Amino acid sequence: MSTTQPKAYASLSALLEKHTGQTLLANRHWRIDMALKPLMRENSIPDLDTLIALIEIDADPRLTSACVEAMINNETCFFRDQANFALLTGPVLDMLREQRMSTKKLRIWSAACSTGQEPYSLAMALQENAEKWRGWTIQIIATDISTSALAQARAGRYSQFEIQRGLPVMQMLRYFDQNDEDWVAKDNLRRAVTFSEHNMLQPAPHFGKFDVILCRNMLMYLGEDKRVQVLDAISSRIADDGILMLGAAETVIGQTQKFKSSPEFRGFYEPMTRAATQSTMAQRRFG
Amino acid sequence: MKSCLIVDDSKVIRKVARHILETMQFDVAEAADGKEALDHCAQSTPDVILLDWNMPIMSGMDFLRAYRSSVASPMAKVIFCTTENGIGHIKAAIDAGADEYVMKPFDRETLEAKLQIVGCI
Repeated sequence: MSTTQPKAYASLSALLEKHTGQTLLANRHWRIDMALKPLMRENSIPDLDTLIALIEIDADPRLTSACVEAMINNETCFFRDQANFALLTGPVLDMLREQRMSTKKLRIWSAACSTGQEPYSLAMALQENAEKWRGWTIQIIATDISTSALAQARAGRYSQFEIQRGLPVMQMLRYFDQNDEDWVAKDNLRRAVTFSEHNMLQPAPHFGKFDVILCRNMLMYLGEDKRVQVLDAISSRIADDGILMLGAAETVIGQTQKFKSSPEFRGFYEPMTRAATQSTMAQRRFG
Repeated sequence: MKSCLIVDDSKVIRKVARHILETMQFDVAEAADGKEALDHCAQSTPDVILLDWNMPIMSGMDFLRAYRSSVASPMAKVIFCTTENGIGHIKAAIDAGADEYVMKPFDRETLEAKLQIVGCI
C-alpha cells in the first residue's frame, strides 16, 4: 500500500469517524497501512481499493467491523503520565476519601480504557494501600469501544513489550503471573475491574454517578463537535463533587461549559455544578 | 546532568542505549563487562547503571553482587536490561539488589518509564 492514496485514506478515515468519532490525521496515515495489512492478508484481499469496495457494498458487516477495530488507536501503558497518575492516586483520592468517609463508597469510571492498563493501574494503586481503603466499597468500571481491546483487557493478558511499559517490576511480580511469553493478571486484580463495551458518542451507560472519571488521550482524536458531545455525556455521569482526569495534552478549556479546571489539582477538572453545590451548602450552613 | 553507565558486551546495544540516554540529557559512560563496570564505579558513581546479564569475564549478576556488597556510597540505581525474561531470573535479580528490570527488546518509552520509576528522571 503506498502513501499516495489520498482517496483511500479519506474513505477509511470517514469510516472510522462514522463508527467511532475518531478522526485520522494525515500524519497518522502510516497507522492505517500497519493496521490493515494483517486483516487484508487474513481475508485474501489483494489491495486497499478492493477492501474499500467490499466495505462500501457492505459485503460482510464483520469485515467492516474488523476494519474499524483495526484502525482504532489502542495506544496505552501502565501508569501512563506517571506524575499525573501519582497525583490521582495520592492527593486526589485522599481528598475524595475524606469527602466520602460517611458512605465509604467510591466509584471510578475508566472511559476509553483500551486494553485495560489504566484501570488495572488504578486497581493496583488502591491495593497497594489496602489498609487505607479497608471497609470501603470501591468499584472500577472500565469501558471501551473496541471488542478486541476489551477481550484482552478482560483476560488481563499482556505481551512482554506491553507488561513492562510503565509497570514497576515489583508490581509486575506481585500482580501478574508469567504464562509462556505473556504475563497474565492474577485473579484478585482482574476481579477489581468490571469491563463493558461502550461507545463514548452514544448515551452514557446507566452505571449511575461516578466520583472519578478518567477519559485520557481520547478527546484528542475527536473533532470539536464530538469532543463537546463526549464531555456532555461525561458531565451527566459525574458526581457534583466528582473529578475528571484527562490526558496530559487535553483540556476542557474552550471545549465545554460543563467543566472547569480544578483549582487544587493541575490537569484535573471538576463539574461547574461543584461550585454551585458548595455555594448552596455554604448558604445552608451560614444563611 | 544525571549520569548513566551502560554495561553490555554488545557494541550495538551500547550504541543504541547511549543514543536514547543522550537524548534524555544523560552523561553516558560504557563498560563491556562486569569487571570494567566495577573499575568504573571505583572511580566514580553513576546515578544509574543499565546492566546486561550475560557477559564474558564478569556477568551482570556477579557484578551486581560484588557492587552491592562493596562500600560504595552512594550506591547507583541498577536497572537490569537483558534478554533473560524468565520470572526466576527476574526474582534473582531483585534479590541481588536490582532496582528495576527491562526485558530486551525495549523502546525509548519503556526505558524512560523505568528511569522515572527509579527516580533518575
